Amino acid sequence: MATTHDSALKCAHCGEDCTDHSFRIESLAFCCAGCKTVYQLLNQQGLCAYYELNEQPGATLKVAVRKDKFAFLDDDAIARQLINFRDDGQTRICFYLPHIHCSSCLYLLENLRKLQEGVLSSRVDFARKEVTIAFDHRIVSLRRIAELLTETGYEPYISLAAMKGAKPGVDRSLIYRLGVAGFCFANIMLMSFPEYLGLESADRSLQGMFRWLNFMLSLPVFLYSAYPFYASAWKGLRHRFLNIDAPIALAVAITFGRSVYEVVTGTGSGYFDSMTGIVFFMLAGKVAQDKTYRQLAFDRDYTSWFPVAVSVLKDEQEVPVALPAVQPGDTMLIHHGELIPADGILTRGAGLIDYSFVTGESAPVEKEMGELVYAGGRQQGANIEVLVTREVAQSYLTQLWNQDAQRKKSDKDKDSFVHLLSQFFTWIVFSIAGVTALYWSFVDASVIWNAVTAILIVACPCALLLSGTFTNGNILRILGRNRFYLRDAQAIEDIAQIDHIVFDKTGTLTAVQDTDVQFEGAILTLKQEQRIAELAAQSNHPLTRIMASRLPRKSDLRVAGYREHTGLGIEGFVNGVLVQLGSLRFVSGVAPGQGIATRVYVAYDRRPVGYYTFVNRYRDGVADLATRLQKKYPLSLVSGDNNSEAHRVRALLGNKAELLFQQQPADKLHHIQSLQEQGRSVMMIGDGLNDAGALQQSHVGIALAEDTNNFTPASDAILEAKQLPLLDRFIQLCKANRRIIIASFCLSILYNLIGIYFAVQGLLSPMIAAILMPSSSLSILLITYGSSQLAAWRLKL
Amino acid sequence: MTVIILLLAASISVSAIFLAGFIWCVRHKQYDDEFSPPVRILFDDKPKA
Repeated sequence: MATTHDSALKCAHCGEDCTDHSFRIESLAFCCAGCKTVYQLLNQQGLCAYYELNEQPGATLKVAVRKDKFAFLDDDAIARQLINFRDDGQTRICFYLPHIHCSSCLYLLENLRKLQEGVLSSRVDFARKEVTIAFDHRIVSLRRIAELLTETGYEPYISLAAMKGAKPGVDRSLIYRLGVAGFCFANIMLMSFPEYLGLESADRSLQGMFRWLNFMLSLPVFLYSAYPFYASAWKGLRHRFLNIDAPIALAVAITFGRSVYEVVTGTGSGYFDSMTGIVFFMLAGKVAQDKTYRQLAFDRDYTSWFPVAVSVLKDEQEVPVALPAVQPGDTMLIHHGELIPADGILTRGAGLIDYSFVTGESAPVEKEMGELVYAGGRQQGANIEVLVTREVAQSYLTQLWNQDAQRKKSDKDKDSFVHLLSQFFTWIVFSIAGVTALYWSFVDASVIWNAVTAILIVACPCALLLSGTFTNGNILRILGRNRFYLRDAQAIEDIAQIDHIVFDKTGTLTAVQDTDVQFEGAILTLKQEQRIAELAAQSNHPLTRIMASRLPRKSDLRVAGYREHTGLGIEGFVNGVLVQLGSLRFVSGVAPGQGIATRVYVAYDRRPVGYYTFVNRYRDGVADLATRLQKKYPLSLVSGDNNSEAHRVRALLGNKAELLFQQQPADKLHHIQSLQEQGRSVMMIGDGLNDAGALQQSHVGIALAEDTNNFTPASDAILEAKQLPLLDRFIQLCKANRRIIIASFCLSILYNLIGIYFAVQGLLSPMIAAILMPSSSLSILLITYGSSQLAAWRLKL
Repeated sequence: MTVIILLLAASISVSAIFLAGFIWCVRHKQYDDEFSPPVRILFDDKPKA
């Protein structure tokens, strides 16, 4: 939304609009005291290059972090499970910092030792968004380190999952294999040149040496580099399935076998160059495709959401306790904005719990003392105390999760069309080989072995695999550049095949933070609205906070006699006029009927004038997206929310769309299942834990995230929320992927036909093979890259 | 023609050294994070203002 602020002043630290102009240092403006403090701190230490490297690199510090948030790090038992290493003089810890995003972050974080005495060194792993800090624990505590990071805007994310210890290391074996294959391939090519160019008879002794050297050099490729293909082929065969790696493994083995035979018997130079070449190119394709996004996790469980520790009250003292150690009977103290990690009974305070992540219900739920609260909700407002009734591992949320996790994707084993093509291809090659063998057995039996092996060598489906892996790799990269991250290449094909799209509402079509305020009732003057807004700004209740931010404000108003009636509403004299906000009973004394939407009633000067309702705003561009998608796909909506917005959704998704409200997580899953039973390939787009089951069940589950650093449910793809309007173009690109692969496959068949033309006659010389193979590989590489770039360019991605 | 054998030995050993260097690089995590090192090298320590 284009707002016309009185000035477009941006905070020098974080780049947010400066609504308050009181935070200034010379010519620089800041949005809040926190940002200003960070600037001063960095300025003192001569670290202002932070601001020179990138514009406004910081994170906003408007929302203050609770002072004792990291108190649990003082607890030795908890700390010991988080740190990587400790000896007498130093401790090393690795923190995950979601805000890391640019070179300024790198600069600041690696200069931490200048900001805090006792920090010995710090090193950033940019790809993983992690920083490893070594510090002297005699000088500075772990808690202080976490607080320092938080103060500078890099709040570490410490979840229960971090406590489970060792993270899987990076798998580098493919890069080693590629390096070895490249080394051997290049040397073999070098030593094959004399053979191509023809040797004089005087150099026969050299020829033998070249051949044996080639043999030696091909061994590591055959035994080590090509191993992934054997493993995959063997795995496929064990499951009685001929995948694309099977003919490749066969071709590599036959090429190697025939070459060794030729060298040993002295009849020829073999095809070592071709063999190592295709292994090298195929590995390069695999590396390009497997270059996944390490900082994104697609398989997450509930432990990624849960905090490491929670404050437990023991003898009136707040003690941080590690989550697994929380027992039924403990009393947890939940602060504003914290997640309730275990089911329990509310024993003190007014609960206002946001379950949007678990249930999809957008409005926070009010809970009174004595009521049951379930794990997974976030408390809004004042602190509450909760008496734990169930252990963390047995809470409702955890069980919901486990129940979903057991559901396996039954139809996920279906073959990729590349595999189907390769099967088809393999049978044709075998039949050509059979016919050739039959022909030569009548004409000249001595040529059989020569011709048949040559066919199998030349008709290796490596070009098909190459076109598949390179196209997929490039498409994944293009999508990733557009903040749409797919789990693997299979997801591209799955997306191309979907024929039904199911949306979640809250957090998917609508933005959770973006709420519009609408007033129903008597017409208010601007002055009246300003006074209502001023009163609303006094309270911490989430609804009044939204009102305060959406309604027009004027700073010279005075509020006197402000009173808050828990569970009812607020009142106060704004410039002498009594304004009351709250429930219908509070404002007018009338008992409330059955309200469907969340409302805040207003009494102005003791007279009820109407009420405010809160509607989620639909994301920008979603309406256009829905219009475009309607034409091509049936759409559905499954929402955990009530149906108060049914007419708006209907207008959005069209008349044919199927709308389901008040859906429990299990209902959503069953809905997907029933669509699948009708033979549909379903794409589910959701954001919360309540969608987790449906995301797993669907053919393609896309988890929407405001920020891809946030934690999302397990899914096939993660899409940044801002990019949702591009969804239809992403689908088109995935469809283009299939066409590109088929086109380049046809081209590779052309190469194969040329090769087979020589091979069936028993005339395939190493020279022809050596020209044909790399040139087909290279041209496929160029064509797949070029056409996928072209497709993306035409779709403006 | 013995010079060719000498040249061969030399060229293979040179490329083997490069292969060893490559493996050493991968092993020392140089291929794990491709963003930080090229940026890190450009940071210089300014004297305190």
